[in-house]
Amino acid sequence: MTHTFVGMPPFPTAARAALADTQLRHNLAHATATIRGKRARVVDEVENWEELRLAGAAVKDRALRGLDEHLVQLEESLTARGATVHWARDADEANQVVIEVAQRHGVDEVVKVKSMVTQEIGLNEALQAEGIAAWETDLAELIVQLGGDLPSHILVPAIHRNRAEIRDIFRRRMGEVGRAAPADLTDEPAVLAAAARAHLREKFLRARMAVSGANFAVADTGTLVVVESEGNGRMCLTLPEVLVSVVGIEKVVPSWAELDPLLRLLPRSSTGERMNPYTSTWSGVTPGDGPQEVHVVLLDNGRTRALADDVGRQALRCIRCSACLNVCPVYERVGGHAYGSVYPGPIGAILNPLLKGTGDPQTDSLPYASTLCGACFEACPVLIDIPEVLVHLRSKVVDGHREDRVPKPEAVAMKSAAWTFSRGGRLRLAERLTGVGVGVGRRLGASRWTSARDLPKAPPESFRAWWRRTDGRLDP
Amino acid sequence: MSARDDILGRVRSALAAVEPDPAPVTAPPGTRVADLVAHFAERVADYRATVVHCAAGDVAGTVAAALPAGARVVVPPGLPDDLRSALADVIVDDGLSADALDAMDAVVTCCRVAIAETGTIVLDHAPDQGRRAVTLVPDRHVCVVRADQVVADVADALAVLDPGRPLTWISGPSATSDIELDRVEGVHGPRVLHVIVVGEAG
Amino acid sequence: MVTCVNDAMFPGTGAAVVRLLRRLGVDVDFPEAQTCCAQPMVNTGYLDEAVPVVRTFVDAFEGYDAIVTPSGSCAGSVRHQHRLVAQRSGDAGLERAVAATSPRTYELTEFLVDVLGVTDVGAYFPHRVTYHPTCHSLRMLGVGDRPRRLLEDVRGLRLVDLPHAEECCGFGGTFAVKNADTSIAMGSDKARHVRETGAEVLVAGDNSCLMHIGGLLSRGRAGVRVMHLAEILASTEGDAR
Repeated sequence: MTHTFVGMPPFPTAARAALADTQLRHNLAHATATIRGKRARVVDEVENWEELRLAGAAVKDRALRGLDEHLVQLEESLTARGATVHWARDADEANQVVIEVAQRHGVDEVVKVKSMVTQEIGLNEALQAEGIAAWETDLAELIVQLGGDLPSHILVPAIHRNRAEIRDIFRRRMGEVGRAAPADLTDEPAVLAAAARAHLREKFLRARMAVSGANFAVADTGTLVVVESEGNGRMCLTLPEVLVSVVGIEKVVPSWAELDPLLRLLPRSSTGERMNPYTSTWSGVTPGDGPQEVHVVLLDNGRTRALADDVGRQALRCIRCSACLNVCPVYERVGGHAYGSVYPGPIGAILNPLLKGTGDPQTDSLPYASTLCGACFEACPVLIDIPEVLVHLRSKVVDGHREDRVPKPEAVAMKSAAWTFSRGGRLRLAERLTGVGVGVGRRLGASRWTSARDLPKAPPESFRAWWRRTDGRLDP
Repeated sequence: MSARDDILGRVRSALAAVEPDPAPVTAPPGTRVADLVAHFAERVADYRATVVHCAAGDVAGTVAAALPAGARVVVPPGLPDDLRSALADVIVDDGLSADALDAMDAVVTCCRVAIAETGTIVLDHAPDQGRRAVTLVPDRHVCVVRADQVVADVADALAVLDPGRPLTWISGPSATSDIELDRVEGVHGPRVLHVIVVGEAG
Repeated sequence: MVTCVNDAMFPGTGAAVVRLLRRLGVDVDFPEAQTCCAQPMVNTGYLDEAVPVVRTFVDAFEGYDAIVTPSGSCAGSVRHQHRLVAQRSGDAGLERAVAATSPRTYELTEFLVDVLGVTDVGAYFPHRVTYHPTCHSLRMLGVGDRPRRLLEDVRGLRLVDLPHAEECCGFGGTFAVKNADTSIAMGSDKARHVRETGAEVLVAGDNSCLMHIGGLLSRGRAGVRVMHLAEILASTEGDAR
């Protein structure tokens, strides 16, 4: 049941396969339209939403601009409150910390709060390799895990599945890993949710160790924050004896009071609610209440690489709300799997190259997986200018090939276009020589254009030729 | 070099040309409403939680009425006497196991603060609210909110809360939208949230 | 600035702009040294290649009071991307020149409404029309309701709302060929919404988007014409359209 994104093809190829799946397109169109409507309603009722976005961006910027100091402070405050702090340069180091804690306690299973970062580092697979089962407890993650599937959305990882598919997965798989689904299971969402409740409750009640991420880590108080809806987070954060939280270093918020704009922006942008049902905060160990052994793993895994990019740095402001996915016309049609990462959609198209670096064909295809329509930037609660970063990353992809011995046809075309466009006279000559329109058509990649689209009829003369002939006085 | 020093070194070199911002950010306040308590009640009800108002003298009876007949009820050790006295046959949490809590039908607690704008109740798990598990495992949570505990917005709540304590922010019953983005109330947390607002109602 | 696409493929749009602006009393010139705004290079990642093109732009348009273009996308490129290209060049002179030309560059509807202060441009176009707000005019430039106000003041024109109007058509420059399948999927949905309106004409402020949507409409034999906004605004009762 190990499933990863390793070996995914570049975006255009993966997208083609996804576009052919009409059920998927239907599921996605329905789900994204629903969530867009909910978000719009609760965002519109906030009079100073734009000011709030500015404040959210400013808090995250402040956190990033002084990240070293805030991290040191976070470590101090966590330690003072009884937590053990670990640092991990990469996925392997982080996974190793979790494995060692589990082995020290002799557990063969852990319950998990939905967390993007533990998916990013492949924690479940690493635990499984050591004979430790990792149970996903968020409903959508459970659907993905039971289905042997991959997540396709940040907030709703099973957004690509409809109710009938979910019922089939529950019927088929729940019994193999725990309490079976009832025989009369229907595809009503409330009935499916009840089946998940019954299935997971036995796991919550017996689990001795939990693993979580964190939405925010407050430096001055040593407080971790988990924002959720179902109560599975509360179960994991409260009932087991041991808790390990893996936290990307960009999750730092400098001070307690600065949570204010973030807690107001996140639920409205994410689930389209004024506030999510449950937010849990904890600072280290509380005697007599909740886990008595608390670990925090501070993870880099490419974040310092992104931080060093002065245009791309803003992507680390991301609070994983997924508003950009829900408004993205490309995401809506191809879904999350085509991005080949746990971070899909517009934010994934910039975050993956920033974290991993450019140079790999799959990663390099992501900055081009956008029309630069700007809907993502408009929706982003922390004002990440995703189109700007996409264009910047495209230039990094191109710059990575400037030393190629055999340049790509595109590079040759761009160089020759640049030469032509450097003088008005050259352009006039080019238009005369190739016939108006033909040059442009060829440059556009004519066959890929005309597979489904007609090209307009070429005009008898260019504008510039007409102007020269008439001084713009007669109709062409 | 330790992972810690390595990461902090990379952070510092990435930020070599960047000046830190020393001043904390203050977000703009939300819309102010005249009647916070009524606003709170309206927003809680939007989450499909039950909200009832009562006068201070009627709280015991109102709490008792919120519990189904025969319900097994657990209460935190510091529940005020006037509430406690209204409930016959309650079990006081003295560190009950998760399984024992799972056998309970309901829990009755107070709260630390309530937020009008978002319809949120915040527990800081003081003795009148109990440890976190007590308000999590039973399926029905009856929560008593005093009118003077209602604040306007998130910033006001952050200002009164002690981050050193574990906190649980509750906005309606547990819910999920994971199936076709269709909202369903009631997953792992209490499926019923019953809020009793005590004091002058709007 | 007529734009490279209009120069080579849609000279009628450029001619319409000239006619419209002259009718409104503007002294119009077409500096023949102009070529392209460099957006194709910038958006594909070829920043070094964009440098000489931006240099050509600032040289060609030096000294004019206003640079008007019938393209939200090209105006957006000039206003938002030229600065980045100039920074990349490391040429302080180019940065200064860009700082002078960028703010004087207007998309046509901005120039008409904000600079000339008109919405009734004396146009006549007796047809049922639907308007697609292109992404760059809408979100990069923020032209807002200017195109709509201009269209509403065209005599004879009946404007019908386009469902999901603000959603991207899927053109996206090289996206249209690099991700042709996704581009076509998006464009087909846009074309379907256009057909649903029952309009005779789809109008927009960018010919590149219209070429994409129009190409799909034409392949689908939808019987809907696409026209640039400038051509409608230039139309008068004397035109036999």
